[in-house]
Amino acid sequence: MEIPYTVTPRRDTGLYNAKVGIWLFLASEVMLFGALFSSYVLLRVGADFWPHGLLNVPIGTFNTAVLIVSSVTVVMCWANLKMHNFGKARVYLGLTILCALAFLCIKTKEYNDKFTHYSIRFKDDATAAAFLKEAYGSDDVKVRKGVFANTYGQVDEKLVPEPRLLQITGHLEDKAGFLDLAKLTAQNKETIQFVPDTPKPAPGEKKVETGHKAFSVKVSDLAYFSAWVPKHNTYFAIYFTLTGLHAAHVFGGALVMTYLFFHGRRLWQREPERMTNRVEVAGLFWHFVDLVWIFLFPVLYLL
Amino acid sequence: MAEHSTPEAIKKAIRTYMFVGSALIVGTGLTVWASYIHFGSNAWNITVALIIASVKSFLVAGYFMHLLSEKKAIYATLATTAFFFVALMGLTLWSMNDFPFFTQVFGGK
Repeated sequence: MEIPYTVTPRRDTGLYNAKVGIWLFLASEVMLFGALFSSYVLLRVGADFWPHGLLNVPIGTFNTAVLIVSSVTVVMCWANLKMHNFGKARVYLGLTILCALAFLCIKTKEYNDKFTHYSIRFKDDATAAAFLKEAYGSDDVKVRKGVFANTYGQVDEKLVPEPRLLQITGHLEDKAGFLDLAKLTAQNKETIQFVPDTPKPAPGEKKVETGHKAFSVKVSDLAYFSAWVPKHNTYFAIYFTLTGLHAAHVFGGALVMTYLFFHGRRLWQREPERMTNRVEVAGLFWHFVDLVWIFLFPVLYLL
Repeated sequence: MAEHSTPEAIKKAIRTYMFVGSALIVGTGLTVWASYIHFGSNAWNITVALIIASVKSFLVAGYFMHLLSEKKAIYATLATTAFFFVALMGLTLWSMNDFPFFTQVFGGK
């Protein structure tokens, strides 16, 4: 039996069925991402400090541009099919798939940077102060404010955290990822080689690099040790949930377009209009993925 | 879409797509630039960023997704979605009365 209304519009809707279908699906997607945006708002408003500046803005901006270019190429693919130019349309479809892969590769690199970045906190003030002196040459208010700002983005005018309450950010010398205190204990590790980040300077001041040296830290001195994974804090929890779900959409869209790239020719030769409609539907999904990122980028990277 | 039925109309549409694509790239630059400017408070920075994002999403939905010239069935679907989306966000804002900040500053009102 032939599937009805793949090409000819239904009289009641004036549309071919797949188009109604994809818009209904996109309507459900709006609510899915809407619920997560709502969670983001509630988590952010409920937090005492909301991290800012932990993500790489130039990389995020570039990835945004990659998605925009892919939106242009997918609509160009559809336009060329409308003009019965299959060869050119296929090139644009290929470019869209390449953009999707580039986006995912860049996102993977960004994720890896976070999974290999750590926050540590010491059990007592004396050990924490000694570490600050060793790493930064001082444990004064300016250094502590700069270290605090590495976690939360801004140098707070009033808040002077006590050394033991400070989360010191950095990475391990061997660039290992996904570790936490429980895993270190399970591995019977007594020390870690920790490379602390340079403290963020106060507004208007120049950043003084601390040389990216590794310092030996006793595991028994640590009250907290965690990679920047979802469970590290609510910011990363919502960041990985939102961007992970978005990346899954990019992957899904890329799969569909790859199928159309390799198997579209046969359908084009048999039913060109049906192939054009398939690309339009895939394109509508793709533009929606772009549209979600347009909001995700400023919300997670910039604000 | 009647206006996309002839090759001439498609060629004209392609010029629009290129223009919209460029506008989106410029809009991205604008978003990043605006985030480094202090507009008086964090709330204003968020407002500016969301306004730019809304304009960009209008361009994507209106031109790339052809929503400026769609059939009634799709507008009806999206109107329903918009209603529930606004309701969801409205509930989110309403629930903020529960947060300590509002309780302390506005006495829970």
